[in-house]
Amino acid sequence: MTRIEEAFSSAGRPLFIAFIVAGDPDLERSVAAARALIEGGADIIELGVPFSDPVADGPVIQRADVRALEAGATPEMVFEIVRRIRQFSTVPVVLLTYYNIVHHRGISRFYREAGVAGVDGILIADMPVEESGPVMKVAAKSGIDQIYMVCETTSPDRLERILENAKGFLYLVSHMGVTGVLSALPSGATAIVRDIRGKTRLPLAVGFGVATPAHAEELYQAGADAAIAGSVIVEIIEKYKDDPESMRESLKKYAISMRAATNRRAGA
Amino acid sequence: MSAKMGRFGKFGGQYVPEALMAALIELEGSYKTISRDKKFVGELQNYLKNYAGRPTPLTHKLNNTLGQALLAKYMGKTRLIAETGAGQHGVATAIAGAMLNLPVEVYMGEEDIARQRLNVFRMELMGAKVVPVSTGSRTLKDAVNEALRDWVGNSAGTHYLIGSVVGPHPFPLIVRDFQTVIGREVRQQSMKAEGRLPDRLIACVGGGSNAIGLFHPFIRDHVTMTGAEAGGHGLQTGEHGATLCGGSPGVLHGAFSYLLQDENGQIAGTHSISAGLDYPGVGPEHSMLKDTGRVDYVAVHDDEALSAFRYLARREGIIPAMESAHAVAAAIRMKDEFARDDIVVINLSGRGDKDVAGVAALQGGAL
Repeated sequence: MTRIEEAFSSAGRPLFIAFIVAGDPDLERSVAAARALIEGGADIIELGVPFSDPVADGPVIQRADVRALEAGATPEMVFEIVRRIRQFSTVPVVLLTYYNIVHHRGISRFYREAGVAGVDGILIADMPVEESGPVMKVAAKSGIDQIYMVCETTSPDRLERILENAKGFLYLVSHMGVTGVLSALPSGATAIVRDIRGKTRLPLAVGFGVATPAHAEELYQAGADAAIAGSVIVEIIEKYKDDPESMRESLKKYAISMRAATNRRAGA
Repeated sequence: MSAKMGRFGKFGGQYVPEALMAALIELEGSYKTISRDKKFVGELQNYLKNYAGRPTPLTHKLNNTLGQALLAKYMGKTRLIAETGAGQHGVATAIAGAMLNLPVEVYMGEEDIARQRLNVFRMELMGAKVVPVSTGSRTLKDAVNEALRDWVGNSAGTHYLIGSVVGPHPFPLIVRDFQTVIGREVRQQSMKAEGRLPDRLIACVGGGSNAIGLFHPFIRDHVTMTGAEAGGHGLQTGEHGATLCGGSPGVLHGAFSYLLQDENGQIAGTHSISAGLDYPGVGPEHSMLKDTGRVDYVAVHDDEALSAFRYLARREGIIPAMESAHAVAAAIRMKDEFARDDIVVINLSGRGDKDVAGVAALQGGAL
């Protein structure tokens, strides 16, 4: 059983997945942010690998990518952040990256280095299952779970192909759009959970536009196994990027509130 | 040379977020059906001849925008989005949108908006909305990113009218099909005037749509082909847009192709005197043609292009687009290789009116 599968099966409650951009605003503060989120109760950390042209991301995460790249973020630095997290935590770490970063480093080398650093899963935001052949050859042998996105327009035959390849959990996209904070949970978010629920035994994690404990509770009620919050966390990091103490406190407080939502579902 | 599974050799493909896959599959299916529909073909020919003025139009961009806008209309889409660098493709999309009564939104980098006020105004005159892009380098590359992000959220009713033979499959194929009218006309005209095919074809390459449009109908013939890329200040300076001459394969904007990138796979900044060639990617079919050696790609420096711009104006009374001036410069550079009776075709893909003010400013005389 991989560390991700273990996290889902042993919790007895839905999980809270926290996303940050690796190296935002720099290496040290990025590790501190991960630590604060884990201390507050994040079950899985998703680390965005900074890319110059992140077409699946909205303005908040784009700005974080720019900050990280300006601070000198490289795949090497991302792996270093994972190694540092591993020094104090065993929570699963998932990388969210774009294809060119992996291709340019060499798929085998990227997965080998990621595995050694302690990465548990990799999601490539611009790699649909149709283009996944070369990556799957490597991922299957690496012990790293290859994670795939599914959205409301994913056709049944494509879903089947995705399910043949996906490991760890399935990343359900809550609405047709890019990442970003929304005031209300998109109406499609619970619908897609109900739609996919009976079709796979993989845990279902919902992201895009998920920001508040109320959003998470709604998803858990609908049967989601995890809620993924990203832009809302990156906004906190952006706000307190020059005030490490407030950043830590604020992130921890946020994580505690999201974790509490998972426990409420368990007690319900 | 068909794009089986959306590939040109090893290049091409569909490297897009999951949320765009359904839209690409829909586009591929619709295009297959609609492009064989006699009514569609007739209607497009009519627009190209009687509206755009082929065989000698203002700009090759209209071949593509009229084709795709009509396709969008047949698909039942109610809105067009596009990216633009210098504004030429944006203007051509605005023209097609106005003619076919489809609302148009054009993403354009803030940097380019400041440099190309005239084209912004032209687009707005024709009812298009110009959306400023303030991310990244605030130029063409970022305008494409923003158009893709819009399309991720709105693909049900919106067609993304991409401006060149770039992007995920089936765009490179669709845009090529609409641009091959260039090569077919050259073929006819050469047969009529000279009784034989040309010996050499020369075209500029940014994304590469005018070049593919010229080259593709001659791919199987004994014709030498040269693509002129933006050499900027020179390949060794790193300030250029010569993707095939100075880049390496990778994935940008949905396709596996040559691109300009740094040692970590981040997309590199570009420079060219010509905004239309100022792009770090290139069409996947060009990447294949480079690797097979079928087409020779050369990097033309800014100053060579500028000299060629002036040369053609003085010698022939034609002011070419600065993009096309790169093709003229490549021909001038190769002139000693030509035989006396060689037929050499240089693709003047656009007019230089838009560049006149810029050239005047370079000479120190603002207009």
